[in-house]
Amino acid sequence: MNRINALLHDLHDSEAGLAGLLLHVADRHRADHEVFHVARDLAGWSADHLRELTRIGHERGLDLDPEPPDPDTLLAKVRQRTGDLLGRRSEVGLVLLVDLREVHVRAAGVSVDWVMLGQVAQSLRDQELLDLTSRCHPETLRQLRWANATIKVSASQILIG
Amino acid sequence: MAHPRIADPWGARTPYGPGEPWPVRVDQQLADGVTADSVDRWVPAASLLHSNGDAMEIAVKEGRIVGVRGRHGDRVNRGRLGPKDLFGWQANHSPDRLTRPLIRRDGQLVETDWETAMSTVAEHLRDLLDTRGPGSIGFYTSGQLFLEESYTIAVLAHGGIGTPHVDGNTRLCTATAGEALKESFGCDGQPGSYEDIDHADVIALFGHNVAATQTVLWSRILDRLAGPNPPRILCVDPRRTPVAEHAALHLAPRPGTNLMLMNALLHELIAHDWVDRTYVDAHTVGFDELRKQVASATPDRAAEVCGLDPIDIRRAAELLGGAERLTSTVLQGFYQSHRATAAAVQVNNLHLLRGMLGRPGCGMLQMNGQPTAENTRETGANGDLPAFRNWANDQHIAELAEIWNVEPQRIPHQGPPTHLMQMMRYAENGSLGALYITATNPAVSLPELHRIRSILEQERLFVVVQDLFLTETAQLADVVLPGATWGEKTGTFTNADRTVHLCEKAVEPPGEARADLEILLDLARRLDLRTKDGGPLITWTTPEEAYEAWQRCSAGRPCDYTAITYERLRAGGVQWPDGTPRLYADGAFRAHPDDCESYGKDLETGAPVEPVEYRSLNPDGKAILKAAAYRPPHEMPSEDYPMQLITGRSVYHFHTRTKTGRAPELQAAAPDVWIEVSAADAAAHGWSDGDLLRVTTPRGTVLAPARVAGIREGVVFLPFHYGYWDTSGGSRPDPAYGDGAGRAANELTATDWDPASKQPLFKTAACAVTKVEGVAR
Repeated sequence: MNRINALLHDLHDSEAGLAGLLLHVADRHRADHEVFHVARDLAGWSADHLRELTRIGHERGLDLDPEPPDPDTLLAKVRQRTGDLLGRRSEVGLVLLVDLREVHVRAAGVSVDWVMLGQVAQSLRDQELLDLTSRCHPETLRQLRWANATIKVSASQILIG
Repeated sequence: MAHPRIADPWGARTPYGPGEPWPVRVDQQLADGVTADSVDRWVPAASLLHSNGDAMEIAVKEGRIVGVRGRHGDRVNRGRLGPKDLFGWQANHSPDRLTRPLIRRDGQLVETDWETAMSTVAEHLRDLLDTRGPGSIGFYTSGQLFLEESYTIAVLAHGGIGTPHVDGNTRLCTATAGEALKESFGCDGQPGSYEDIDHADVIALFGHNVAATQTVLWSRILDRLAGPNPPRILCVDPRRTPVAEHAALHLAPRPGTNLMLMNALLHELIAHDWVDRTYVDAHTVGFDELRKQVASATPDRAAEVCGLDPIDIRRAAELLGGAERLTSTVLQGFYQSHRATAAAVQVNNLHLLRGMLGRPGCGMLQMNGQPTAENTRETGANGDLPAFRNWANDQHIAELAEIWNVEPQRIPHQGPPTHLMQMMRYAENGSLGALYITATNPAVSLPELHRIRSILEQERLFVVVQDLFLTETAQLADVVLPGATWGEKTGTFTNADRTVHLCEKAVEPPGEARADLEILLDLARRLDLRTKDGGPLITWTTPEEAYEAWQRCSAGRPCDYTAITYERLRAGGVQWPDGTPRLYADGAFRAHPDDCESYGKDLETGAPVEPVEYRSLNPDGKAILKAAAYRPPHEMPSEDYPMQLITGRSVYHFHTRTKTGRAPELQAAAPDVWIEVSAADAAAHGWSDGDLLRVTTPRGTVLAPARVAGIREGVVFLPFHYGYWDTSGGSRPDPAYGDGAGRAANELTATDWDPASKQPLFKTAACAVTKVEGVAR
């Protein structure tokens, strides 16, 4: 596998991981409605990135899984139900902070992967990869900022309240 | 037979042509047997039952309100009044007004005296403050309070208690207006004026059924339509409203797709170069980004998403692109729907692209839903910092700290203010210990009511309600404080085109009821809130003193009230600042990084834009053309829930009918809930007018008789006004009635909101509708 394909492969895995994590966090915090809805929206962005990576990877001889994690599995429903049931307990706030921290770290990882891909694409003047990076990377940065902003909004109420 | 003004809410035509002054027509309604000659006094006031800000006078005879008439010289209504104003005043005399404080003892609300009620409230709040800190206390205010009361709450909560948890019920109606203005212009404040109606050649109403929400403004438009050289109307609304019937073009998009439609309209403007490039280059940033974003939003693609004919989208763009003087208004059809802020911002973009701002007829009005919504936003009773100050700008915090004479650290500014829905969440998980609710009724007006009731009922949450009547919410409170209302207290408020009115006390409130300001000042005294020098934080005792404190706070800010005194207001309504008809003439915006109210947000995630980022994007304080991608709503029709539910308003009622349900003519005009269905759906399912239908979503069930009406196929409409105070259920659906089904539309709505404006979505739920067999009503 050449270096670019290796990068595409890693990026595919990291985006898939982020999409899965966002869905997991959404379901677990279903009682926190904005977290639930926005995290699912953001998982959709990663799902789009996955499809694009798969398409480009395929043209370059890579066999990647285009299917993002399914947001509506039975397990997801169970998690949502549990999220609802535990939503009245104050401890769930601490879990939220831990989860958002993890989203932040994971999204930062994805972002760095895009930076590397972008740098390589630029050096090789690979326009297709450059376009892909300029479409997807800004969304990763927005995912990152969302996690940061949500922590900022929630932290004091959770840690003091 | 119904009163003529019930049958015709807009009254007789007084046609006029472009650029002419709108003729005067004075409307009057007096109690039976009272003539204008026999009235003792006429007291200046303005309407508190919608956001139009119609100026009026209250007729007083023998210490009692006996009627109203419009103020003929006022710039807003030129004498006219709508049905809610002509009849709504009678609610002041309703025999079920609260006249004594109530306190919960052994599970029951019982009468008590003011001393007991207020000391209970103050001790509870003080105890929470000492043991759990300011973050354990929340205030939920209202677009019904006067400016003086809203500002007092803002000072008490932000400067005194130091809690970030303050919001108004304007969150439900006008939060998106404020946010959209901040996103585009860096600062809240309506650019346009109602006088733009007099000059416009095209008037576009985006999700704004003005015929129901602001009858007098609709009369103004009808008068233009009846005169020479009438404007052409573009109406975007899934219902065939009176506006749609008068429109040159009516687009009825699928609920939840407004942003797609707007992007396609902008796509067409740019594709045909119906753009004022000189204006865009000189006064805006972000054009390239916007052009890129709307490039793929072709009319054909939008037509598919929105369920429209692509030809109509092209015609709409032509209408907007060919306008010489375009006036646009936006309201709940956009604000309470999916991608609310992003869609509303595109209407701002439309005006920026066309360079149509700050000139006669080129008006942009992000409308308000409530009479004093503007003040909630200006004073900070919606959580923002007073006078459009920026929580993320340390200089603004320092200014405010100096005005209030408190340490800057007292004023919560570590993050964006807590919006209402998040406050309810904090109450749900127990981190909020007290909720102080003034003049609003969340137990009917918030989404997913079974959840809201279960939150308000918790033992661990101390709920104070200040209101006129024992509303559904008051029934769930721990302490209920009887308030005085319109006509019984003095104060100012500001309408959707920045017109400030003084509304003076005409009569005494009933029993022991007190003005909201008086109650709040009493609370502040009891909490012993102090400045950093140890003096009392709040020094005013009268409405005029409160207003003067606000004038000082607003000085130099966009909403500068310093030139608008009580004295000046006694002659009639004045627009801030200092009678300025339109903001942003010559593209002079208040968006400079040091001046702006907000650095904006990511419209899709709600994450605030960092100050450094804003500074590099917009160093010179131009208007911002903010682009946003369409994505489908969260709740789409499915096999189980195949239809879409939107909720809305009746011309005869305000909010949860607390007042209008107690005015006989208004109550008789719209006594109970109904559901509007399209003729196509009625034919397909065998529904006729009056058939009882059961509407179900995953949140609940409502029973309502059908009204076959002009509405988009696949969409049903429920008015949201109807709760339970005048039913056997009291605060909730009666379990004995229809298997516990309710009549409040919000039994059905989802807990979901626009991430940028935090306004709940009332217009994108998926639902199932079935006929209840064998029942006729």
